Amino acid sequence: MKITYTDVLVVGGGLAGLRAATGVKERGHDCILLTLVPPKRSHSAAAQGGMQASLGNSIKGEGDNEDVHFEDTVKGSDWGCDQKVARIFTNTAPKAIRQLAQWGVPWTRVRRGDREVVINAKKVTITEKDEAHGLINARDFGGTKKWRTCYTSDGTGHSMLFAMDNKAHEDKIEVRERMEAMAIIHENGRCYGAVARNLMTGELVAYIAKSTIIATGGYGRIYKVSTNAVICQGMGQAIALETGVATLGNMEAIQFHPTAIVPVGILTTEGCRGDGGLLTDVDGYRFMPDYEPEKKELASRDVVSRRMVEHMRKGKGVKSRYGDHLWLDITILGREHIEKNLREVKEICESFLGIDPAVDPIPVRPTQHYSMGGIRTDYRGESQTMKGLFSCGEAACWDMHGFNRLGGNSVAETVVSGMLVAEYVSDYCESKDSDIDLHISVIESFLNKEKEKLNFLIKPKEKAEDAYELRAKMEDIMMDDVGIFRNGEDLQKAVTELEELLVRSKNIVVKCKTLTANPELFNAYRTQRMLKLALCVALGALQRTESRGAHSREDYPERNDKDFLNRTITTWKNENDTLPTISYEEINIDEMELPPGFRGYGKDMTITNPKSEKRQNEVDKIKEKLEDEGKDRFEIQEALMPFRDMLPDVYQGKNERLYEKFTKDVK
Amino acid sequence: MSNEKGRILKISVLKYNPQVKEDKPKIVTYELEEAPGMTLFIALNEIRQHQDNSLKFDFVCRAGICGSCSMLINGKPGLACRALTSKMDADITLAPLPVFELIGDLSVFTGKWMSGMNDRLETWIHEKEEEEKACSCDTIEETMDPDLSDEIYELDRCIECGCCVAGCGTIVMRENFVGAVGLNKIARYAIDPRDKREDADYYDLIGDEDGIFGCMSLMGCEDVCPKDLPLQSKIAYMRRKMVAMKDK
Repeated sequence: MKITYTDVLVVGGGLAGLRAATGVKERGHDCILLTLVPPKRSHSAAAQGGMQASLGNSIKGEGDNEDVHFEDTVKGSDWGCDQKVARIFTNTAPKAIRQLAQWGVPWTRVRRGDREVVINAKKVTITEKDEAHGLINARDFGGTKKWRTCYTSDGTGHSMLFAMDNKAHEDKIEVRERMEAMAIIHENGRCYGAVARNLMTGELVAYIAKSTIIATGGYGRIYKVSTNAVICQGMGQAIALETGVATLGNMEAIQFHPTAIVPVGILTTEGCRGDGGLLTDVDGYRFMPDYEPEKKELASRDVVSRRMVEHMRKGKGVKSRYGDHLWLDITILGREHIEKNLREVKEICESFLGIDPAVDPIPVRPTQHYSMGGIRTDYRGESQTMKGLFSCGEAACWDMHGFNRLGGNSVAETVVSGMLVAEYVSDYCESKDSDIDLHISVIESFLNKEKEKLNFLIKPKEKAEDAYELRAKMEDIMMDDVGIFRNGEDLQKAVTELEELLVRSKNIVVKCKTLTANPELFNAYRTQRMLKLALCVALGALQRTESRGAHSREDYPERNDKDFLNRTITTWKNENDTLPTISYEEINIDEMELPPGFRGYGKDMTITNPKSEKRQNEVDKIKEKLEDEGKDRFEIQEALMPFRDMLPDVYQGKNERLYEKFTKDVK
Repeated sequence: MSNEKGRILKISVLKYNPQVKEDKPKIVTYELEEAPGMTLFIALNEIRQHQDNSLKFDFVCRAGICGSCSMLINGKPGLACRALTSKMDADITLAPLPVFELIGDLSVFTGKWMSGMNDRLETWIHEKEEEEKACSCDTIEETMDPDLSDEIYELDRCIECGCCVAGCGTIVMRENFVGAVGLNKIARYAIDPRDKREDADYYDLIGDEDGIFGCMSLMGCEDVCPKDLPLQSKIAYMRRKMVAMKDK
């Protein structure tokens, strides 16, 4: 029996996991990070277009601040997010990006003087200020009032991840590559670490830690076509779910990105449209202005994806052997711009489509992209039902995205949540609560259980099932019945079929019998777990009889604030259950800084909650009064929804901008 | 349209599982029908699913940006995920990248090698003493010349896939050679004003035959780099700098 002890166990080596690990290490705690792949190969590297932070350096970002970013994020979430978390996030994002600049990210910088950009299909000259020269630049993205998305060409995630991993090297973080967390070790509602499996040797090791941070990213691979890396299978969420104690939040909130290439589903960044690219149909016609006259191609992602599907359903798609698609046309941007600012897109077009995007339009279709749902935590990143279990990044639902995430807010979230959760985890590790009093037999039983499960998988069975086949069926069901547009009939069918698959998956037999490096073996146990997650998504979607953000029900097109202004909470009560258990956590309108309103897309179909108007009146009154008293924006905000004390001391400061400076004494 | 028959591809893979004592390296050939737009990512997964469950290989992003899937494709290092079969003969030979520790079949432990290289060359921003320790992130960031940040990004685009190491002649003779990947990293930090190291510091790291003076200038690295990094000019740049140090 191999047991390793540490203070903090981090599962996942992407941006969130690395940032959390360096944070706890700097606070003096030992830390071991487990990762399936070398950290620099994590899916964070695939973030192309940029990171939102309200620096306001570029002339098109002037006037931006946390308030505007907050409002965009809440509206983007269709009021599903936790507004305090959104506040914490928007306040910390500028700090995170400036810190990353110190750590070596070569952010694209503002150049003084005139520059030609494309806005609404027209070439426009903008003039950057002298004093902004050399500061971090930003581009336009969907669903945002200002140009706020900071970037390095279209390799933003790559350069952030490399800087972060290099920082982890500097801090001597113990990284264990090709290690997979198999089960969370827990007793009496307290997490004590995890059982992990070495994917090269098959060895099982128990890691015992005061606190465990799950930062394993999303679960996009339950869908047949996804922009996600092949390792984004939701195993972090799955092992949390399998404790029967920890809960998952909003699992049905799945984002579809408007522009992944057809057929392979590789992403082309929102930066293509942010920089001025257009969506066109089979006739070469630009259709988005017809649907969304104001924001056009730069409406929120969920909106653009739905409009694209609607347009294809009208017969305006381009026929191909892989089904209908539309065009993303960036030729208007010119070769120079593409080769400098959209070079990954260019490489992808050349390598996978054999086209030159400076000349040819790109075949695109909305494709599964992001998991808003995840391990339900409080604002500190700790599970609401299991002490010592933390989560951050896409793996978590703390919940800043609600039912739709804005482009550029996810890489921002990874580093922001990593730096914040590291502080909260460190506080926890320094408190008596984190003392470990665990009998060795408990550890042994968790290890043995995993060993038995693996042995059972390779054992011959009477009705042997093939994991690849079950997984392919699951992926098809999710694509066909739990997609962009959903309805009760299809969702019920999906739940029934997925439940059957889950039952069948108990009889999976792995043909290649080695317990060492064995891709068939890990596919088998991951398939069993992915089926559980798929059921959480499908059942959650079935029972949420409204449309909010990316969750769009054709049979319930209204956003129903009366009955569904809440968060879906999912647990897997008993190991032998074949369906998850779903409950709801109310979102309190009385505490909102920004009470529910119309998002501004299409026509308003909200079933309003009477509390919304009441709260709006309160908010208006407080604002008016304080404005009359000459209070500044921070004081007014504080009166509406205080959040600053929730932040760790080190991150409570106000963010300076070219047009907003503070004297040193302020917090 | 979709009824068209594709070519029959014959994909030969060098198979070997070093974990199994009695196993010996062997070439195994798989046949499968080519599909439109097929890449080696698609082909290998199809083989694993339908023909050989035990076949080991590594893919992560499958989009040419993470560097996991480098292997010898018809003898030349490259990224398998973006190798379109339509651009190749029907007979395709695949082998694991040389130099790196073999995990099994086409899967190699590049991560361990790269991690060691990063530690050895200290590939991170070295600030002056403790000056930046306190979080000064509330204030406006330091400026950087826009052209310089572009230039740094150009070198920062390396994905540590290991192709340059596998294509390197020097490393066959000097197993501790840092490779083009390492030399490029030093060039990247050397032009970055945020890194306070000086040429003498870099000389300590690469001023020997396991570093800049070991390169025989065969430039296999530049030929195989999937990101088209300017390895030749950057190695030359570092060599000039380091020669100047040597003469001091």
